[in-house]
Amino acid sequence: MKVGGLRIYAICYLLFLYAPIALLPIFAFNDAKIIAFPLSGFTTKWFVELTHQPELGKALKTSLFIAVCASILSTILGMFAARASTRYAFPGKGAIIGLIMLPLVLPDVIMAISLLVVILQVASFLGFDNPLTVWTVIMGHVLVCTPFTIAILNSSFLTLDRSLEEAAIDLGETKFSTFRLITLPLVLPGVISALLISFTISIDEFITSFFLTGSNPTLPVYIFSQFRFPAKVPAMMALGSLLVLSSILLLAIAEYFRRRGVKRQGGKDTGGFL
Amino acid sequence: MTAQPMIELRDVQKYYGTYHALRGINTEIRQGEFFSLLGPSGCGKTTLLRTIAGFEEPSSGVLIIDGKDMDGVPANVRPTNMVFQSYAIFPHLSVAENVGFGLRRERLAKDEMARQVGAALEMVGLKGYGDRAAHALSGGQRQRVALARALILKPKVLLLDEPLSALDKKMREQMQMELRRLQRQVGITFILVTHDQEEALIMSDRIAVMFEGQIAQLASPQQLYRRPVSRKVAEFIGIMNFMPAEVKAVGATIQLEVIGLGQVAIPAEQCPGGAKVGPASVGFRPETVTILYEGDQSKARTVPGVVEEVEYFGDMTYYVVKLQGVDKPVSISMRNLVGRKVLERGDKTVIAWEEGSLVLFC
Repeated sequence: MKVGGLRIYAICYLLFLYAPIALLPIFAFNDAKIIAFPLSGFTTKWFVELTHQPELGKALKTSLFIAVCASILSTILGMFAARASTRYAFPGKGAIIGLIMLPLVLPDVIMAISLLVVILQVASFLGFDNPLTVWTVIMGHVLVCTPFTIAILNSSFLTLDRSLEEAAIDLGETKFSTFRLITLPLVLPGVISALLISFTISIDEFITSFFLTGSNPTLPVYIFSQFRFPAKVPAMMALGSLLVLSSILLLAIAEYFRRRGVKRQGGKDTGGFL
Repeated sequence: MTAQPMIELRDVQKYYGTYHALRGINTEIRQGEFFSLLGPSGCGKTTLLRTIAGFEEPSSGVLIIDGKDMDGVPANVRPTNMVFQSYAIFPHLSVAENVGFGLRRERLAKDEMARQVGAALEMVGLKGYGDRAAHALSGGQRQRVALARALILKPKVLLLDEPLSALDKKMREQMQMELRRLQRQVGITFILVTHDQEEALIMSDRIAVMFEGQIAQLASPQQLYRRPVSRKVAEFIGIMNFMPAEVKAVGATIQLEVIGLGQVAIPAEQCPGGAKVGPASVGFRPETVTILYEGDQSKARTVPGVVEEVEYFGDMTYYVVKLQGVDKPVSISMRNLVGRKVLERGDKTVIAWEEGSLVLFC
């Protein structure tokens, strides 16, 4: 077969991409403290052990709080930016949108370090002692998430016929009520998928959290710290499995809403994340 | 006829940056008339319509609707409603919710609302469609929903932005008749934007032909067709043959010499653009001249010619005829009456013309 070589390449590619992730649940259920083959039996004790770590619960709560705040903030900001970039022409538009989208390609470390420097400088100028809180982490995450929400919402606003908003105004609605009655319902699927995707990005963001977190570590930072103790590693495997599962679930929900939105407007599906 | 116009435009100008979209529009649109803005794309007709609706603000000039200056009056409180080119039917609402959208603010009782929506749907021939999802409608049905949605608010002026351009030919012709009927029925001023001259001629009481941000001619369909003020207007509306001419004298009648036709004297009204002595051109419509068949000799003025092309349309035949002494062949149309022979290419013929069918452009 002519495509044989390419087919093997594709299979290898997927294997290398997903096999390591597949190892997570395997070792999560393995009855041994050392992460190595051969497997030595089935157990669920690592999952039980997770429930005995109060620090983990606290980190999870911190992460969830940060993710909820960061996803809401970045989706709201993304809506403003997407609407502005699809509806209006203004001087410097290309440059402004480009700068907003830059964090997509900028190394996280650089962003995290520069944010840390700025926060410490501002704090010492204002006389704060412990400037690093969950709110500094949220700020960092918003910066990371917003380009993604803009990308998603841009496509929602682009498929929205401009004359729909004009028609509502023509029929007596104000700009604000038009947004509430027409614009928002029609871009809602995009808003939901932007919320879910920025939530997933925030919850497993490590570098910005690592630099900007204070006394309350986020979940990924906590996991990283646990790897110093070999005895804790199997439990982290269990935790990792749960995280993978919930990530897949969230992305699937996000994609469902995106597709529903496309269908609702009678548009043609032109690709998405899944 | 009431003295006060429904819409008054005084020297309305619109700039987009350095682009001059409207170059001083001065006109009045009467209460209850079907008014068309006709022109090629980019002539400013849609900009003018959107200015009246309140979606564009004029750079200068005055717009008065129903006696009130519209300066600073936003689109949502103007007594105008619009049918958009894309129809702009809200896809997440049902047909009834779309039609009743503008009534939401009036906070009507449920059954009163349902009654009004039902009446509006019946008016546009969509009785019983209220519960349908808007995105499941055909093009013609969307058009009707858009009409019902706009008319239910009883606007003073209904603005229509190329409402028929998305429909196929049959549907378009049907909607032209229906729009005309609807306009007479409700008595509201309709302003239609179109690039289709036939559509404008069929539907309008008066037509404003626009070129490059200016109104080139404002007249009734018949006036516009018979007495265009310039070659540009004449070329845009239907077909017109042009022949070079020389104006000799301008008085109560205009004396001129037309190449191929000879000495002609026409009344001043046949030169609506204004006459002056010097080189000019003369135009006539294809149906205003006649091919003389053997035996016909009633007509006073004739020119011999040779048939160069024949286009047979069933009810009509279009001939391209080379007239003796004229460089450019002319287009002539003849009805295919019973017993009338369709000529063939190369046939020698004689055409008859009258001075009354000529229009002079200086």
